[in-house]
Amino acid sequence: MSPVMIGLLLDALWETLIMVGISSALSALLGVPLGILLVVTGRGHILERPLFNSVAGAIVNAARSTPFIILLVAIIPLTRLVVGTSIGTAAAIVPLTIAAIPFVARLAEASLREVDPGLIEAAQAMGASPQQIVFKVLVPEAWPGIIAGLTITVVSLISYSAMAGAVGGGGLGDLGIRYGYQRFQPEVMLTVVVVLIVLVQAFQSLGDALARRLNKRLIGKGSN
Amino acid sequence: MIEITNLSKTFGNGAKVLADVSLTIAPGEIFGIIGRSGAGKSTLVRCLNLLERPTSGRVTVEGRELTTLSESELRLARRKIGMIFQHFNLLSSRTVFDNVAFPLELAGLPKAEIARKVAPLLELVGLADKSDAYPAQLSGGQKQRVGIARALASEPSVLLCDEATSALDPETTKSILALLQDINAKLGLTIVLITHEMPVIKEICHRVAVLDGGHVVEEGGVFDVFTAPKAEITKSFVRDLVDRELPEALKERLRNTPLTEGNPVLRVIFTGPNAYSPVISDVVRRFEVSLNILQAHVDYIQGAPYGNIVVEAIGKPADIQTAIDHIRNQDLRVEVLGHVAGHDRAVA
Repeated sequence: MSPVMIGLLLDALWETLIMVGISSALSALLGVPLGILLVVTGRGHILERPLFNSVAGAIVNAARSTPFIILLVAIIPLTRLVVGTSIGTAAAIVPLTIAAIPFVARLAEASLREVDPGLIEAAQAMGASPQQIVFKVLVPEAWPGIIAGLTITVVSLISYSAMAGAVGGGGLGDLGIRYGYQRFQPEVMLTVVVVLIVLVQAFQSLGDALARRLNKRLIGKGSN
Repeated sequence: MIEITNLSKTFGNGAKVLADVSLTIAPGEIFGIIGRSGAGKSTLVRCLNLLERPTSGRVTVEGRELTTLSESELRLARRKIGMIFQHFNLLSSRTVFDNVAFPLELAGLPKAEIARKVAPLLELVGLADKSDAYPAQLSGGQKQRVGIARALASEPSVLLCDEATSALDPETTKSILALLQDINAKLGLTIVLITHEMPVIKEICHRVAVLDGGHVVEEGGVFDVFTAPKAEITKSFVRDLVDRELPEALKERLRNTPLTEGNPVLRVIFTGPNAYSPVISDVVRRFEVSLNILQAHVDYIQGAPYGNIVVEAIGKPADIQTAIDHIRNQDLRVEVLGHVAGHDRAVA
């Protein structure tokens, strides 16, 4: 592979990492709280708000069922408003984040629902306020599951970011399509795929290790 | 200490779980509430700290009527009502120390003070060496000890136990009950204990209420309820413990009317101050009556003996009657269960 090609590959890798990194961080920051709200405003939960819950649930579902490639172009006006341009890496971050927020929210919601209701009851019996229940019971207990969900999100975003080429976002997927497919350079396509596999593998292992370390439910019984 | 007045609870689906329950629980008492599953006992104990809000009626704990309190007042009141659970409900992400510290953290106590309070509690429940362990590393009994230490952390005046020993083996149950008894004696803590196991009531409760279909069907001192149960459900609870069923072979031979050449079968129940006196041998020595013991059972409830002896009385009817009167004069109960034919003994 030519040095020029290697240079392009490194640039694309960098763009992918930027897009995935920033959109992952933003979607975690916004998606996890949204997931918490979806849980605690649910029926019979500590801050039951049926109207809010069904509206938020409907929006999340709508966002999740929109194909990413359509979302990408549909929110161009919003993208322009946020980053000032509708093309380039920065412009790709906006739709990636928008797509990932409801994804994170649903995964976080699932982990939070796994928390034993008995723990919430025990905390209530001790006089805990709803905020204390969220931050001292629900989130710490669901944390390993939330980390696992964020890992899935990062991996999905790596895959989504391949479509960012449609708005000139660059990145590995875009490189693979433009050089590998459109310019008939299958070795570029192959290299891109290999790099992506390594990237996904690395993130998944990292996430798994972190979730395992945080999960105190799986500690083996010590000698008594 | 705890006053429950005309408490009723109907769930959203129309199911009436508790109907007009009234109970008074004295300070320093270990009060048991027993019932089969579905009797409403879990709902009742949850009404005592308003985890369940009653449909009607009042719950007064330490002179404060809980049903009238605002959310924030209720949170403060709950800190003085400890609770332990069947499945312990410990936070899996926290160590033993941090689980016990949890209620103190909720109350906003500074770290140093929390540490000062947690250490003696772990000492009290015998888990000082498990301070840094996570719940997943503990046995069921140890988990419940953590639950007890956690419930005691905010120095409550009442401890609610919701089937606290139902998930434990008999040996561990005994040690947890001993710990509760110890705490009751040491700290003067009022304990309300919900269970479906009569041995738990027998072991540590002072008084007991029997719940059936959302109603309190019987209430009283544990000894009285055990030795003279009135409601059918209580009798069935007690039957397993104080064996009052006659053996099948004896039942078949029993006749209702006196038989010529037959002997009466008597049940003598030993309770009260004369339960310790040697009544049987006394009767045999003083009257012309022989007693053939067919069944005997002596149990200790709350430390007091409760004996139940079934005998065949052999002798002249008049002598037997004098013997019966003599036993009754000592404040012991005698029932004539029936009569058996004398020669049956040779057959049996």
